[in-house]
Amino acid sequence: MRQSNTYVLLFTAALTVVVGGLLSLASQGLAPAQKKSVELDTKSQILSSVMDREKLSTMTREEVLDVYDKSITSLVVDINGDVVEKDEKGKAIVAEEVDILKNYKKDPAERMYPVFKYSKDASSGSVDAYILPLYGAGLWDKIWGFVALEDDLNTIAGASFDHKAETPGLGQRIATAEIQNRFVGKKIFDESGSLVSVTMLKGEGNDGLSSHEVDGMSGATLTARGLNDMLENYLNSYQSYFKKVKSTGVASL
Amino acid sequence: MSTETLEQPKEAVKVPTEELFSKRRKRLVTDPLNEDNPITIQVLGICSALAVTVKMEPTLIMSIAVVFVIVFSNVIISLMRNIIPSRVRIIVQLAVVATLVTLVSEVLKAYSYDMYKVLGAFVGLIITNCIVMGRLEAFAMGNKPYDSILDGLGSGFGYAWIILAVAFFRELFGSGSVFDFKVFEAIGLDSFVTNGLMVDSIGAFMILGIIIWVQRSKTGYVEH
Repeated sequence: MRQSNTYVLLFTAALTVVVGGLLSLASQGLAPAQKKSVELDTKSQILSSVMDREKLSTMTREEVLDVYDKSITSLVVDINGDVVEKDEKGKAIVAEEVDILKNYKKDPAERMYPVFKYSKDASSGSVDAYILPLYGAGLWDKIWGFVALEDDLNTIAGASFDHKAETPGLGQRIATAEIQNRFVGKKIFDESGSLVSVTMLKGEGNDGLSSHEVDGMSGATLTARGLNDMLENYLNSYQSYFKKVKSTGVASL
Repeated sequence: MSTETLEQPKEAVKVPTEELFSKRRKRLVTDPLNEDNPITIQVLGICSALAVTVKMEPTLIMSIAVVFVIVFSNVIISLMRNIIPSRVRIIVQLAVVATLVTLVSEVLKAYSYDMYKVLGAFVGLIITNCIVMGRLEAFAMGNKPYDSILDGLGSGFGYAWIILAVAFFRELFGSGSVFDFKVFEAIGLDSFVTNGLMVDSIGAFMILGIIIWVQRSKTGYVEH
């Protein structure tokens, strides 16, 4: 009986229904918690590019969300630096909900570019840092992150990177504070005012770094290359926005 | 590969009131830890032992996930063993393992997103871990649920301690740290040069080889 074709077919059909049902139940049931985790992760990643990480890591879920609400204001711009408020369907755009991956797949001219403005003291109305999302390809899979520029829109105030599947111990180091702190204080424009971005060098322990260079990660040259491309691409795309902010002053944008 | 576990159920049937931790049952747990270790003796699960052991932390999470998956898939398959058609048994085993692995991954994503990010690629690899399928096929298909739990625990921990040992040496010499704690800097050896070979898979092969050597010279195990 256990070997008959009918039994085998019925058994596998029943197994499929049970297993499939179980998995879709789990997926449905866990979806809200997963969405919250992702939201918290995005917000703490945005904050970690300007805030003390150790302090951030000791904060609870609610505290992180509270600090975020108080100190971050966000907007979305297009490639020309103009503020985009509504999408094609007329729905209001929320910067936090802009899917950087989906936009990355579009042509740079058609992407939406979120800007997160950070002010230490919300009541003053001044902006202390502009936080920009980044997206690119590492060695094995996607890498992404946020770079924070000081109010001169030239000096890097902080950076935070993350990755999907870089090599453990090598390329994965882009997600550590040790690597990310190397970017602090570097300049993205040269003296003549043209964009040069910041380049991570090959190898580790390089001497005489200029203000546009950071030390590399040994054994992870290709991840560093992906990081450099990502940084340059996105800083390039935000250039018109930078120009507008500089010419019109902070308050209007 | 050992086959002695396959013969044990016959004895178990003869002794209906076996104590909870009889000698035989203790051996189910202790054998895979040393004399019948899934990695060093049966040489299973080598792929993941190489892939995840660069650092201690992901290795520990991987160990916990593997123990969970082995134990639960062993119980489920053992409970179902009398209704599984033998012609599709491998597919059934695979479906059970894949379901458990997906559940682990979904739960991690919901409640421990940081762990999920560290393990992302590794958790899916549990499906292809030969130890899990090996235990299902060699043990759970022919043994009672309780024995299968013990067998799963034994094999799981046998796997866990080996990969943790490999990861310990790889992280210590490859990154100069243990659980990301910089050991050599802490004891004042700032100039300690880390060994790039240890970060590569080759380092795992070497350490695994040394562990197998030490273990076999102690147990006297010889492959025939």
